[in-house]
Amino acid sequence: MAMNTQGRPPGPGASGKSATDTFTGNSGLDHEQPLLFEVGGTAKTGVDMPEPKAGKARLGGLERKASVGLPGLTEPEALRHYVRLSQRNYAIDAGVYPLGSCTMKHNARLNEKMARLPGFGDIHPLQPQKTVQGAIALMEVLSGYLLELTGMKALTLSPKAGAHGELAGMLCIKAAHEAKGSKRNIVLVPDSAHGTNPATAAFMGYTVRSIPARADGTVAAEAVQAALGPDVAAIMLTNPNTCGLFEPEVAEIARVVHEAGAYFYCDGANFNAIVGKVRPGDLGIDAMHINLHKTFSTPHGGGGPGSGPVVLSDALAPFAPLPYSIREGDKFRLVETEGEVTKGHTPFGRLTAFHGQMGMFVRALTYMLSHGSDGMRQASEDAVLNANYIRAGLRDLMTQPFGDKPCMHEVLFDDAWLKDTGVTTLDFSKAMIDEGFHPMTMYFPLVVHGAMLIEPTESESKQSLDQFIGALRFLAKEAKQGNDKSRFKEAPRLAPRRRLDETKAAREPRLRWRPAVSKEAAE
Amino acid sequence: MRFLPLTTEDRRDMLARIGVAGIDDLFADVPKGKLLAEPPNLPKAKGELEVERELGRLAARNTPAGSVPFFVGAGAYRHHVPASVDHLIQRSEFLTSYTPYQPEITQGTLQYLFEFQTQVALLTGMDVANASMYDGSTATAEAVLMAHRLTRRKKAVLSGGLHPQYRAVVDTLSSYSGANVDALDADPKGIEDIVARIDSETSCVVVQYPSVYGSIRDLQPIADAAHAKGALLIAVVTEVVSLGLIKSPGEMGADIVTAEGQSIGNGLIFGGPYVGLFATRDKFVRQMPGRLAGETVDAEGRRGFVLTLSTREQHIRREKATSNICTNSGLCALAFTIHMTLLGDKGLTRLARINHANAVALAEKLDAVDGAEVVTPAFFNEFTLRVRGDAAKVIDKLADKGVLGGVPVSRLVPGKAQLSDLIIVASTEINTDEDRAKYAQALKEVL
Repeated sequence: MAMNTQGRPPGPGASGKSATDTFTGNSGLDHEQPLLFEVGGTAKTGVDMPEPKAGKARLGGLERKASVGLPGLTEPEALRHYVRLSQRNYAIDAGVYPLGSCTMKHNARLNEKMARLPGFGDIHPLQPQKTVQGAIALMEVLSGYLLELTGMKALTLSPKAGAHGELAGMLCIKAAHEAKGSKRNIVLVPDSAHGTNPATAAFMGYTVRSIPARADGTVAAEAVQAALGPDVAAIMLTNPNTCGLFEPEVAEIARVVHEAGAYFYCDGANFNAIVGKVRPGDLGIDAMHINLHKTFSTPHGGGGPGSGPVVLSDALAPFAPLPYSIREGDKFRLVETEGEVTKGHTPFGRLTAFHGQMGMFVRALTYMLSHGSDGMRQASEDAVLNANYIRAGLRDLMTQPFGDKPCMHEVLFDDAWLKDTGVTTLDFSKAMIDEGFHPMTMYFPLVVHGAMLIEPTESESKQSLDQFIGALRFLAKEAKQGNDKSRFKEAPRLAPRRRLDETKAAREPRLRWRPAVSKEAAE
Repeated sequence: MRFLPLTTEDRRDMLARIGVAGIDDLFADVPKGKLLAEPPNLPKAKGELEVERELGRLAARNTPAGSVPFFVGAGAYRHHVPASVDHLIQRSEFLTSYTPYQPEITQGTLQYLFEFQTQVALLTGMDVANASMYDGSTATAEAVLMAHRLTRRKKAVLSGGLHPQYRAVVDTLSSYSGANVDALDADPKGIEDIVARIDSETSCVVVQYPSVYGSIRDLQPIADAAHAKGALLIAVVTEVVSLGLIKSPGEMGADIVTAEGQSIGNGLIFGGPYVGLFATRDKFVRQMPGRLAGETVDAEGRRGFVLTLSTREQHIRREKATSNICTNSGLCALAFTIHMTLLGDKGLTRLARINHANAVALAEKLDAVDGAEVVTPAFFNEFTLRVRGDAAKVIDKLADKGVLGGVPVSRLVPGKAQLSDLIIVASTEINTDEDRAKYAQALKEVL
């Protein structure tokens, strides 16, 4: 989940003493690496190919006259360039990555190996279906797992990520209302929701009506009831919510929503807390996306790709988009166009070309088969246990906005405990970098001042959590004692870069490399 | 369980430290009766070997492209990807990193995104590109919505050469956001008169180049006609290798270019994950969807990169965002950018020339088969073949003979008699003379 800039200085902050004074700017294993455009050349290539066959071109006179201007690198140069870049990234494999709402769990390498089997990785989405029966079968098996884990009735696999899944679920809801001839135009979204929720609703032309959270960080069925009316199409609620709490009135909320003729969309970003423990279908939910790249450990890859299948209730099942798979005897078939639609289906349309993120389906199913029902349940329990262990380790020093009570798989602190220290959530987070940790999600959810949302996942050992808690306790005490403000204000001091000037980046956007123009030429 | 580091003893100690008696005390907010007493009804955990066996059985029921003469395209292409690409993208630091929200410790991701944006801008002939979309189809639908915002109009004119599944995505998003679509009939030969459909209500004209049927045409007259009516030209490229040989859409006046970047660096993977490219003019950048990496300096004045112009995005603007996109295709963009770096101008041009030459050689060979005729006059590495009889049956019989010969148009646009005898055929650098000979021979036998 994203951070936001609320209360957060976007400038580079204090500089202090320079960390590096070497000739190269390098610092031991950390290398400065120029841009590709500064090291590569159009005469270089890292791919050897034979001369093309001689023959007459059939390009209709559209042959490119000018060269593209893309610099190339030979293979050793390319390896060095990208390996050096990689070394400037934090990663789960290297350390604790406690980004709340992001579920940065271990990515098993078996998942990668399976996705690269030629039978999955080297098949075309439009080759004859009889030549890809195993792929469609895999989609069916994955669907069966997701339905069993959620207790829902149907699903679509095609959404490309969580936000795309939200769109799929909400389009099912819109189609369901239209099928009944109702033209409802309002969607209820709690203040604590992910930004993608209101963005999705607005994208579809809905008006967003906010629902305030209670003082305890959860949503009251009463508040939902008060906001409901004949114009309300749906509620979009995250459960467990973004404050790290299970919504205690979720079943009651579902009841009042349905009574008012609206549907219940659940943001499933936090499903990792309850896999094998609670089935969303038992709570009255109509649609929920599942982030395979969070809960089922397909890697985040620096921001994607993701995969966001959406599970649906009986009421919404007919409206699931194209394509969908069906079983005919011992064969599987993908229904790809309006013309082939089978009885009982009235798809709302199509969300993407082809069939969804097959590469992610293989990885997620590998995770599920490896963990099994027992392992998945244990994983959720451990994720929740780890978050609460961090809560227990920090509760005497840091403040929780809704009091000290059990959380789900992420624990939320606010910045009340930093009051009058001059240290902000941002400073504190940046100081964590110098201690070798990735910061938690900062300033989200928006409803909590200076929020710090910590999600350790089940992948951390007790030793690792103890060290993390120890470091945060040390920093918290330092912040309160105020002896060495520079530890926070100048942080990070030990990363490849100090704080970056985001204001400058936005005011003078440089979004691509351009050749330097000499002064004379410019004049 | 090999993935869970906590021991039974750890769990007991941790519960004690938290101050609860059992794990379910932490689930106390779950409504009564909704907490499952037992794990779900699914198989138990398995070791690597067992999982490999199980998935291997499913994989074995598919015919990999690399195992047969392979000529399927229509929006996804089989190219050779250098070994170092897959090695590099599997480095832990790339694979297991998140969106670069903490720029001080994600300069690796941010710098390659900046390089990716530059490569995409150069390739498409545009000023600026974003850090990737899900794929070509969703990028195209987002481009249409962006054009509506820029022109304050609500009608998109879609070429009959646009991939039918792309058209379906645009249709779906338009119908639910109250916008109009004027789609031309399927145009295998590239002879439609799209200019005549542009009027004063048109927000954008969407033209695929090369078209889904493989044909290429000059976009400049369409751009000029669109601009004369205050509309924008969106060019859609599903085979980006073509841009190593033919003019870029930017050179011909396009305002937005969307593309499927799969051809460079990414495998077929049954349709995803792929990588959507999105490029436009500088003046339109603030209406662009998706993430952008930008250059800035750190507190010591050193060059560094950050995500920027995020006031367009959902995590800041919420319901006023330009798109709801959050997760994109970062790792596929990395594969694209590494492969493109290895190619460079020299390699890309050579690769494109080989593709074209192979397609020309195949077209000549198939054209010579009795009952088959190439209908696309100008093309890059893909063309449309008219065959005697039902194209879907022909493709089916070819598959039985061990040749994956292309996509019958009826699979994309079913129920149209005039399209039922057409096959979209692609040929890339992977095809050999032997592959082509096998295809021609098999086609002769099934026609």
